[in-house]
Amino acid sequence: MGDFLQQMVGHINPYYLQILVNIGIGIILALGLNVVTGLTGQLSLGHAAFMSIGAFTSALLTIKLGMPFSINLILTGFITAAVAALIGLPILRLTGDYLAICTLGFAEIVKVVFLNLDITNKALGLSVPAAVTSIPMPVVVWGVVLLTIICVTFIHNSRFGRALMAVRGDEIAAEAMGINVTLYKVQSFALGAFIAGVGGGLYAHFMGYINPSDFGFLKSVDILSMVVLGGLGSITGSVIGATILSAAPEFLRFMASYRMLVYGGLLVCMMIFRPNGLMGNVSFTGLVLRALGRKPHLKTVMEQKISETSRSGNGDT
Amino acid sequence: MLTLDKLYVNYGAIKALKSISCHVEEGEIVALIGANGAGKTTILNAISGIVPTLSGTVTFLGENITAIPPHEIVKRGISQVPEGRRVFANMSVLENLEMGAYIRNDKDAILEDIEKVFVRFPRLLERKKQLAKTLSGGEQQMLAMGRALMSRPKLLLLDEPSMGLAPMLVAQIFAIIQEINASGTTIMLVEQNANMALSIANRAYVLETGEVVLQGPAAELAANPDVRKAYLGE
Repeated sequence: MGDFLQQMVGHINPYYLQILVNIGIGIILALGLNVVTGLTGQLSLGHAAFMSIGAFTSALLTIKLGMPFSINLILTGFITAAVAALIGLPILRLTGDYLAICTLGFAEIVKVVFLNLDITNKALGLSVPAAVTSIPMPVVVWGVVLLTIICVTFIHNSRFGRALMAVRGDEIAAEAMGINVTLYKVQSFALGAFIAGVGGGLYAHFMGYINPSDFGFLKSVDILSMVVLGGLGSITGSVIGATILSAAPEFLRFMASYRMLVYGGLLVCMMIFRPNGLMGNVSFTGLVLRALGRKPHLKTVMEQKISETSRSGNGDT
Repeated sequence: MLTLDKLYVNYGAIKALKSISCHVEEGEIVALIGANGAGKTTILNAISGIVPTLSGTVTFLGENITAIPPHEIVKRGISQVPEGRRVFANMSVLENLEMGAYIRNDKDAILEDIEKVFVRFPRLLERKKQLAKTLSGGEQQMLAMGRALMSRPKLLLLDEPSMGLAPMLVAQIFAIIQEINASGTTIMLVEQNANMALSIANRAYVLETGEVVLQGPAAELAANPDVRKAYLGE
């Protein structure tokens, strides 16, 4: 199995492979942030910090303990989630701008701490040995992507997910429904961090080198842009947004330093023409069902209803 | 059923409630009336735990619930329809009602209760799949009340159900409040529309700047010349 996959991956141009993996990691991170910001409505400007914690934890677990990669990733996720829960408990009592600034501050603290710890090799960064797995890295990354999509979809449709949406909708009303708002916010924060931590672990082992400065404010904004571009709260949106924004720097490479301009312009246009994001307010399953002819378009439903009522109205007179 | 004893609430330096004592008996409709800023909403929020109290106690069915967080109080059987309705705008009518039953696990009974809400508010049945933000003010009020009933409360706290509604709708909402009460739910009602509130309540408290200044049977208060002058526009 492993050999076959190795061979298959070997046939793909390494440059495209790299882009593919970047997209995969982008999707994982965006899906994680989507749980926090999209589903629960808590604006976080420090998602890269959790990626950073995940990357360094995972790297150290490999370097110092030589832990098998699969266990390493899961443990990394849990450690990152624990850190998120710990930091989330005090700061998630804040809302809106205040929370955003707090997460921003937290991310900077994480960066500075990693830049000064001996164990993370200070500003030199860590070289991470390649992961010891029989399955090639790109396949692992995309396996995790699929797993994350499945998990997050499941959460969206669960009782837990419904509660998170209620918290996003109106915290006071949610509390009045018997939802422990703080607890749910911390749980969603920890879940988002878990996913980010796993993403960070994959990143560390795929890149082979990590530096605390790679996970700065710009990285957080990058991830947030993916979620916003795709549409807050939409899983399909996050996947599309992450794909576009992870691939864009590569395709815009010929524009060298001007590519950030295009990037910015894209987001500005987005906010004007589709402020809810590409997939905001669009039900993907609804679209698919409609394409398959399983679900009539709203317009036809309305027309049917109108013709029915007018018919029954005629019958009365 | 519910007893408030010498309740004090401060918002920073502002004393919102000053030694409020009142009680609600099972099966009653009790109205709190008073001008803006008298502390009516604060009392409801203190009961449901949204606002922390400084001192004093809230006792519900013999249990001291003063320091219990709001989500636990819902489980004890107190459900609040918050001021300004606060329906979940981006959820459908049906999803809003399901949210109301969040603390319950009995699926079949929840479905039954949803049907009961639709029988009581036929307008909501017509708009079952619509997003709550597309409903009119009156429909949103109905939805907020229906949603609060979904937790099967023993005591329903209603905050300004008539706010921003046309007079005809107000009459309709108040008729429904009486129906809900007749089917066994005790009701505590905060209202600006003192006329309406006194017409359906058993008893009422008149509040002024955080204190109870008058209390008694609603009919008596409605006949009181001071009340008529201050709150009933005479």
